[in-house]
This record gives sequence, structure tokens and C-alpha cells, in this order.
Amino acid sequence: MSYTKPLPRIDTLNQPFWAAAREGKFLLQHCPACGDTRFPPGPVCPKCLAGDQDWVESSGKGTLESWVEMHRAYWDGFKDNLPYRVCLVRLEEGPLIVSNLIDTTENVRMGAPVKVVFDAVTEDVTLPKFTLV
Amino acid sequence: MYDLNELKDKVAVIGVGNTKYGNFPEIDDYGLAAHAFRNAVNDCGIDKNKIDGMLVSRIPYYARMGEVLGINPRWTITLPGHGRMSGMGIIEAANAIATGQCDYAALMYANIGRSRRVNYGGDESPGTWDPWGFTSPGAAHAMMFRRHMELYGTTTRQLAEVSVAIRYHAGLNPDAVMRNPITIEDHESARFITAPLRLLDYCLINDGAVCLILTSKERARDFKKPPVLISGFGAQDTYSPSSIANFDLDFWYPAVRAAGKQAYEMAGVTHKDVDGLMCYDNFSPTVLFSLEGLGFCGQGESGHFVEDGALRLGGKLPVNTDGGHLSNSYMQGWALNVEAVRQLRGECGARQIPDCEVVQYVQSTPCTRSIIYTRG
Repeated sequence: MSYTKPLPRIDTLNQPFWAAAREGKFLLQHCPACGDTRFPPGPVCPKCLAGDQDWVESSGKGTLESWVEMHRAYWDGFKDNLPYRVCLVRLEEGPLIVSNLIDTTENVRMGAPVKVVFDAVTEDVTLPKFTLV
Repeated sequence: MYDLNELKDKVAVIGVGNTKYGNFPEIDDYGLAAHAFRNAVNDCGIDKNKIDGMLVSRIPYYARMGEVLGINPRWTITLPGHGRMSGMGIIEAANAIATGQCDYAALMYANIGRSRRVNYGGDESPGTWDPWGFTSPGAAHAMMFRRHMELYGTTTRQLAEVSVAIRYHAGLNPDAVMRNPITIEDHESARFITAPLRLLDYCLINDGAVCLILTSKERARDFKKPPVLISGFGAQDTYSPSSIANFDLDFWYPAVRAAGKQAYEMAGVTHKDVDGLMCYDNFSPTVLFSLEGLGFCGQGESGHFVEDGALRLGGKLPVNTDGGHLSNSYMQGWALNVEAVRQLRGECGARQIPDCEVVQYVQSTPCTRSIIYTRG
């Protein structure tokens, strides 16, 4: 069965992230000069403008800042999943990221601890998603 | 160089015009804008050949617009079709007039999103989070409102007050697209689009166009209608996290506070002097965020503030007396500025705010802007 949801646009900047996700690692772009970490990656450090950036592995742990339930499919590929949950997670390392909350329980609360799980959706793409701890 | 506050009351809106709002597949962007322009020209009685400044937003090609209208300005600006551009554009035009770059500026906005079936999400607006199915400005606002609920205990019934009050105003506006009254129960039983937001928390998507004509306070006396002065404005952008489009973890609170403070200082008024608030309402939660940022209530207190019809005409603070984006027309802020002018002229009939002297426009967005209008 072919995968019909949108896939990430992999480019030279984010390629290391997607390669690592296939290996079950959540990478954050990191500035060796000032220590800033972020996702998505950028061409320079937004704090100190250093050009040479590297990557560090996130613990994959974070807290839930917010979440929503999508009841409308903006892509046909999501039609069979409605409603699905999208979460906003503050990673331990600082960055704020959007992903899916795979839990369907009702007792979701802001501030709940969450951790990453990896969903290999195609041969090339593994999506980091989150679950309540 | 001059101090920004010196621009207080230097520039006036002399003419406003709009098309009908609805579904007009037979007319294009230029056609809609031309009708709005003609209505604004007739509104103030200006010789259109005097217009030497032109700003267009969501209109494909400025030069074709000039050709369509038969004008050759000496100041032209094109802005993209984002709603946040209305406040930015009016401030830009005020500056252009104040610095003599043009004497009479026509600002035009046209939207044919309805007949083009624009969705504002999915492949139309690619983003970082598409693989997770997170798309559309509405979903970003749902994410913020959920957080507001969790942090402050705000309820969807309180949020409903926003949509209900603004729909009530649309019922008083013969030109509004959605005029049938709604109740809190209607809001609560509407279908979810992105929970916790429901259909009645989302703005309309309709066709139409708006035009405003600005000039200096001195020149403004020569026209048909009493001028409305731009007495203050303020601005603050928030570009992180822009990868999460239309989102701010703090509900743009610091930006709205900063922009509001700047606008109040320039105009020499406070929020207590505001007779009506024209509030960018792409989604109902932005009204709550705006009320908090401008100081009409404390942060987290907007749910309580809006209860019992506080935003209705005759309530504590009439908001979006034309029916806003939620119920009048999705003119991305431009029509709200037109409504501010009409309120200050006393032209609003059944929806007129009594003794209206100060009207504030605010857009709580990544480009937060506020403009304070007063009678000339």
C-alpha cells in the first residue's frame, strides 16, 4: 500500500535530521560557538550568526505545551485518520516542535511529560512522534 | 529625523469604499479593486487623477492596477495577501504622506478566495509540519486557544461570546455576508474543524475588495466627508517561531502590549478612551488575545471579560461592529479600518456606536499593528 500523506521536503540543511530519524535518533541543530539548539535547522545560528553548525542528539523527552485534534483532512491521505492529534512539545534541550501525539486517551493535560517514538512511514522517511510517558 | 509621535493627527482618511461581499466568479481581482476604488473616490469626491500614491495588497500586478484605474502615481507599494498587511500598509501610507512622497494615497485590497476555493492549508501553503498533518492558520489558533484554556481555565462557552457578539453586529449591517443570529449553543454544537475550535470560530472566505484614500490633515478639509485622523499607531513583529506559522506561545501578548502602548502614547489616549475596537478576527481566539494585550483586561482574564455580551453594541466594549471577518467579510483587516472610519463619521445606522470619538484597530499576528483613529 502506498503512503499518501505529505512527506518532508528533504534538503541539504535538514538531510542529517531525516537520516538520523531513520536510525531512531532525534537530532537538533546546534551551534558550537554559543550552544543554541533548534529545530528546524537554519543556515546560520539565529543567536550569534555563526555559520558552522553541527548536530546533537535530543533525549527525545519533553513536556506537552499544547495539542489539537484535526477534524478536517487538508490532504486526502489523512482522511482515514480523522480526527488525529497534533501536539506542541518543549524538548528538554529547549526547542519547541510540532508532532503527532499518538495517544487517544482523554486525560491529556498541558505540562504532561512525553517522549519520542519513531514511525517508519516509508523506506526513506521515519517520523518522530510523541507519546505520554 | 522626526520623532514618531510627531505623526499624531498629521494624516487623515478622506475616502472609503468597498464592493459587495460574497461569491463573484465573474469578476477578477482588478475588477473588484476598481469598484472599491470608484466607491472610495465617490465617497470623498476627489478627482482621481490627483491620486499620486498607490498601495495594493493581494492584487497580482500593481502596474496593471494603475492601468485599469488610469493613474500614474509617484509612490507605489505592493504587499502580499496576508491579513497582517492591512495595518502595515496604512502605516506605510501615512508615513509616505507625512514625508511628502505622495499627497493622496489610494490603498486597495482585493480577495477572490471564495470563487477560487482557497483553503488556507494543505498544499496551498507548504510548511515544516505537513508530514504530521499540521497545517492552516486555524490549527495554529486552535493550538494557542487550547493552551489558553489550560493556563487560564478559559472555556469554549466564553470563546463563543466573541462569535455571537460579532454575528449580532453583522445582523445590523445590511452588507454583511452572514446575518442570521447565533447563540452560544449554536457555537457549542457546530462541527469541529480543529478542536477545540469549531466552524463558528473560523472567519468567512468570500470575495470582495476595499479601498481607503489618505491625505494630509490640511488637504483633508477640501473633501465631502469629515476627515478621520490617524492619531496613533504602534508596531511589533514576532518572528520566532515562524516555522510554526501564525503561532505564538505567549499569544503575541508582549507584541500587542508594545504596539498598543506605542499607539496610545502617540494618540494621547488610553484603552479607557476607546469607544469601539476593530479587532482582527481571523479566528475568535485572536479577539481574546487582543483584549489582554491592549490592557482591556489582565492576561488570562479575557474569557471572563467577554461574558454576558460585553463585546456587543451597548456592552462594555463594542468590537467589530460591521461583523468582522467572522460574519461580515474576510477583507483581512482592511474592512475593519473602513468600519473605524464610518463609525467616527457617524454613518453606521443601526450599528452606530453613540458619541463615537476614538476607534482602535488591532491585529494580533506575527506582525502586530494597532492604529487609533479619531474625529478630525
